[in-house]
Amino acid sequence: MTITAPAVPSPSRVVVCDYDALCPELGVAALVDGVQVALFRLADGSVHAVQNLDPFSGAHVISRGITGDRAGVPTVASPIYKQVFSLVDGTCLVTMDKQPTSGMSADLEVYPVTLDNGQVIIDLAGRA
Amino acid sequence: MSTQRIVVVGAGMVAHRFVTTLLERDGAGRFEVEVYGEEDYAPYDRVALTSYFQGTSAEGLLLGEPSLWEDPRVTLHRGVRVESIDREARTVATSDGGEAGYDHLVLATGSYAWAPPVPGVDLPGVFMYRTVDDVARLREWVETRQRFFNRPVRGAVIGGGLLGLEAAGALQSLGATSTVVEFAPRLMALQVDESGGEALKRLIEKLGVTVRTGVATSEVRADRDGNAGTLVFADGGEQLVDVVVFATGIRPRDNLGRDAGLVIGERGGIVVDDTSLTADPAISAIGECAAAAADGHLSVGLIAPGNTMADVAVDRLLGGDAVYMGADTATKLKLLGVDVASFGDAFATTPGALEVVYSDPFSGAYKKLVMTDDASTLLGGMFVGDASAYATLRPMIGATLPGDPSAWILPEGAVERPDLELPDAATVCSCNNVTAGAIRDAVNHDGCHDLGAVKSCTKAGTACGSCLPLVKKIMGAELEKAGLEVSNALCEHFAMSRAQLFSAIQVADLRTFSDVLERFGTGRGCDICKPTVGSILASLHNEHVLGGDRAALQDTNDRVMANMQKDGTYSVVPRIPGGEITPAKLMVIAQVAEDFGLYTKITGGQRIDLFGARLEQLPQIWKRLVDAGMESGHAYGKSLRTVKSCVGSTWCRYGVQDSASMSIALELRYRGLRSPHKIKLGVSGCARECAEARGKDVGLIATERGWNVYVGGNGGFTPAHADLLVADASDEEAFRVIDRYLMLYIRTADRLQRTAAWQAEYEGGLDEIRRVVVEDSLGICAELDAHMAHHLDTYEDEWKAVLDDPERLRQFTSFVNAPDQADPSLAYVEQRGQRRPATPAERESGAVLIAPARLEVHS
Repeated sequence: MTITAPAVPSPSRVVVCDYDALCPELGVAALVDGVQVALFRLADGSVHAVQNLDPFSGAHVISRGITGDRAGVPTVASPIYKQVFSLVDGTCLVTMDKQPTSGMSADLEVYPVTLDNGQVIIDLAGRA
Repeated sequence: MSTQRIVVVGAGMVAHRFVTTLLERDGAGRFEVEVYGEEDYAPYDRVALTSYFQGTSAEGLLLGEPSLWEDPRVTLHRGVRVESIDREARTVATSDGGEAGYDHLVLATGSYAWAPPVPGVDLPGVFMYRTVDDVARLREWVETRQRFFNRPVRGAVIGGGLLGLEAAGALQSLGATSTVVEFAPRLMALQVDESGGEALKRLIEKLGVTVRTGVATSEVRADRDGNAGTLVFADGGEQLVDVVVFATGIRPRDNLGRDAGLVIGERGGIVVDDTSLTADPAISAIGECAAAAADGHLSVGLIAPGNTMADVAVDRLLGGDAVYMGADTATKLKLLGVDVASFGDAFATTPGALEVVYSDPFSGAYKKLVMTDDASTLLGGMFVGDASAYATLRPMIGATLPGDPSAWILPEGAVERPDLELPDAATVCSCNNVTAGAIRDAVNHDGCHDLGAVKSCTKAGTACGSCLPLVKKIMGAELEKAGLEVSNALCEHFAMSRAQLFSAIQVADLRTFSDVLERFGTGRGCDICKPTVGSILASLHNEHVLGGDRAALQDTNDRVMANMQKDGTYSVVPRIPGGEITPAKLMVIAQVAEDFGLYTKITGGQRIDLFGARLEQLPQIWKRLVDAGMESGHAYGKSLRTVKSCVGSTWCRYGVQDSASMSIALELRYRGLRSPHKIKLGVSGCARECAEARGKDVGLIATERGWNVYVGGNGGFTPAHADLLVADASDEEAFRVIDRYLMLYIRTADRLQRTAAWQAEYEGGLDEIRRVVVEDSLGICAELDAHMAHHLDTYEDEWKAVLDDPERLRQFTSFVNAPDQADPSLAYVEQRGQRRPATPAERESGAVLIAPARLEVHS
């Protein structure tokens, strides 16, 4: 979720990019402390960050999925086997009758996003 | 109860029907069956004999499941003729010297081809048209003579009825010329009237067959080698020929019954009552060898009444009380691609009957309805050239036809056709005698909710298939009544089907997803409707797939214009039109693969696939190709993939057309064309078909005169062979008909529906599609042509366009905050001198040999 509040200093908060570097509805990947993060700026201006690792294929590709909604919940679909995930809480909404690869949760990690002075800030420690 | 032994004489279509029905219904195992057939084959589809010339093998013609003959209750004696019947002893003597006893005997000996006793009818080069062996010998003769003369063989068919026209078509498909000689003043005298015969003659002559009516043949004269060489006519005329086919009618094979003292009809045929029994209660006769009371003791040369007689005979053996009501002589045929159909009182013999006639000077079609004197009740009809209304109208005989009857024969759309509600008793499938009521029952009570289920449950449409559009319509109406209609909504955001959405977007002239969503949808869209709308916008306007707001609409591969692999890297397939490539360009591809460390493999579509390129490497790879005068290719996306071809006449000893040049022209013409599903093409330079073109959405096969264009084939999950759309087309004609076929497909198909399924479900099937794209029956060809012209005018190298646009190029970055770093999770192992993604086990064991960093290219 996007929080547009003044930034509170914290060691786990990392400035990733300028808000203007994000195109509406087109995800990008970011590398934050060795963790791959998928960032989405939606048409309503909100910014969402989830893990870039696709639990169903093991590839880091979620940032290249198609955004949309299921019954009003903003979503992203994996570009590999098309599972659909909530961008709000990471829940896997459509499994396409598949299991995640061994040891992984079907749901995605979600990271809090803060917009500060035109910058996008992600807090890895603040997993939802 | 002890087992009863039934002997069936004859192993044709009606015998097959008798045996299958008996085995199906005889649950108690009361009967065992011995079947004797003089031909060396199990029962085959004699009606489809001509398809033997279009490549169907003798095995392909076999009827039903081969497992039928493995049933312990039935024994098939192939190549064994029954010579005589001993009614006293209840035995038959067979040609292998054996003898078989029966409790009940079924005669299903069919008929034989009859030829008039003209001199020369037994010369080499004169053929009948009745059995698989007949047509095999005919084919061999024509092919041998063609090689001998090294020119097209001159063929003539004596007889302008159903079989004669079939034979003329067979000669044509063998590359021979053909002349049809008919004694009567018109073709198909049994089925059509004088005007219908004239229309048929004109349509057939357009196809290159010469027709001579009102001409009697008096002799086949030998050439100096003793083969058939000249036809001599009663009026003194002559015609040079190399092969002659007699199709002058059939006669019932009643000799067994005659010799055994059974009653024979005046014009031949073993006389049977309405239960299929002969004068001897232990002997039945069914099919063309029988002359039934209900048919005025005349033999009927059609399959449907024969099947009914077989069903009646089985029912009676099982103690039922079925009755044969006489033949429905309604027929619908396709002769040389021309529809001919007639039903009911087609010749208007009912007193006071009115004829409503429409004759179309453009298409050459002739259509007639016969009505009662108050023009309200349908009595019969006749169709030549366009029989699309036949399936709907035939079951309506004797019923009131609402509205203006001419609505059914005028071109579609001229007068609105009222909706017809068929009575339950109306026969829909006459081959298997299935009524509208039976179909409704299957839908409402047996849970059959798709065409396949209704077919297997009722058997409707499983023989000739001409009633399938009607079956589908009845099923749809019932489903709708029950509120069961399957929703055709694209997804939760659009209530329309793809085809509806296509025309909606076209009519409203929308160009962005947000406009389309606002106008016709709800919510934000999803991974189903976004790519669909992206594809429709691309089909309509052919603007760059990553331009405007469209990048976010594209599915996995289209989004970066390369093929995503399982580890999230991509493969690049450089375009090699037609599979033809210079050694220099081959070296460019090899160098790119070497420099980027790409795993390299030849694809099934005659292209080279380079695997393992990372997102950020794609523009660098494209640049190398563009700089060398090449482009990347659409191995991805719902678009034209490849045109596969053989080398063709430029090099091949057998090629008759330049298939390589044709395939290059086709690939350059349709590249980048976005469509409901992927499209593959193939071009073969001769009939040997090395390019497997009939396994493609559009396949061209060279003929001496041009190209045969086949459509609707595919490999994949449900393989399908393509069907002939047009024959002997010139290059220009082929382009035009393919342009229109593809555009019609793009406009009207469902999402992810390939051409095979689309044309099968298109109302009226391929015949209707042919009318639309060849005869312009909907008047939309100019629009389809203009649409394709727009595609050709606006094609651009979409990969080069990205290189030229810094904004789009920015999307090809590994990490927004670390563009210099590659995805650190990628890991590979070596296999046969190249790399492949490491398996999870290999990652864990530390066996990973190649880290991507070692393959980094510094430029």
